[in-house]
Amino acid sequence: MLVSNLEFMTGKKVLKHLGLVQGSSVRAKHAGRDIMSGIKNMFGGELTAYTELLHESREEATERMIQQAQAVGANAVLNVRFSTSSITAGAAEIYVYGTAVVLDNNE
Amino acid sequence: MEQIIIVAVLVTLGYLFGRRAEHKHFKSLIEREQVMNKLPAIASRLPPQDSKYDQVLVSGNVVVANDYFKSFVAGLRNLFGGKISTYESLLDRARREAVLRMKEQAQQLGAELVFNVKYETSNISGQTNKKIPVIEVHAYGTALKKI
Repeated sequence: MLVSNLEFMTGKKVLKHLGLVQGSSVRAKHAGRDIMSGIKNMFGGELTAYTELLHESREEATERMIQQAQAVGANAVLNVRFSTSSITAGAAEIYVYGTAVVLDNNE
Repeated sequence: MEQIIIVAVLVTLGYLFGRRAEHKHFKSLIEREQVMNKLPAIASRLPPQDSKYDQVLVSGNVVVANDYFKSFVAGLRNLFGGKISTYESLLDRARREAVLRMKEQAQQLGAELVFNVKYETSNISGQTNKKIPVIEVHAYGTALKKI
């Protein structure tokens, strides 16, 4: 599955547009990590635990989007966009969406 | 009285550690940016049409928090208005770091260009500490690799 945030694939024709596909994932922070990050907050700097958490969350959301694209018979997702929103304190939603297309692979 | 002492200690610690961390970070950013300059990240949506490319989505993210001293200064600044340079440098560091991580990922794939770079900034401070902002910066783009 090809995933790209450009609107087309260089050198390949789009045979069919299959509409929007999306994936989302909501994750809360681990309590232990929360405390550690609270301490780190005082001194500033990077909060590695959160960086990893959001990275994993994004991967999961992308994975779900890809599954949906496979279900509609696409072989690529173009024009992918990410969006993040914090719904409640301590939890963030990652949302990924893009256009599922069928590309001509024979060229 | 006790509260004043606690705040004073936190501000001093924040100042000392925060400043050191920032200096170190800026130094490493400049070094790594010089290495990564050979792999340009471009915001244009149209890739070059001269040859065929492999396209892969690459991204980098970073979560940063302000230290206590900076938040304190920003709180004071809020009274008078004006630019809050302590936040500006924090966001600058976060954005540059995110782009560097994205480029590092692109380099591992053997790409030569990163196209259509988009930034996304979000505030993810939890309920634990409303005063100190925790900010996530996510940069993503399409890495192009010549076939």
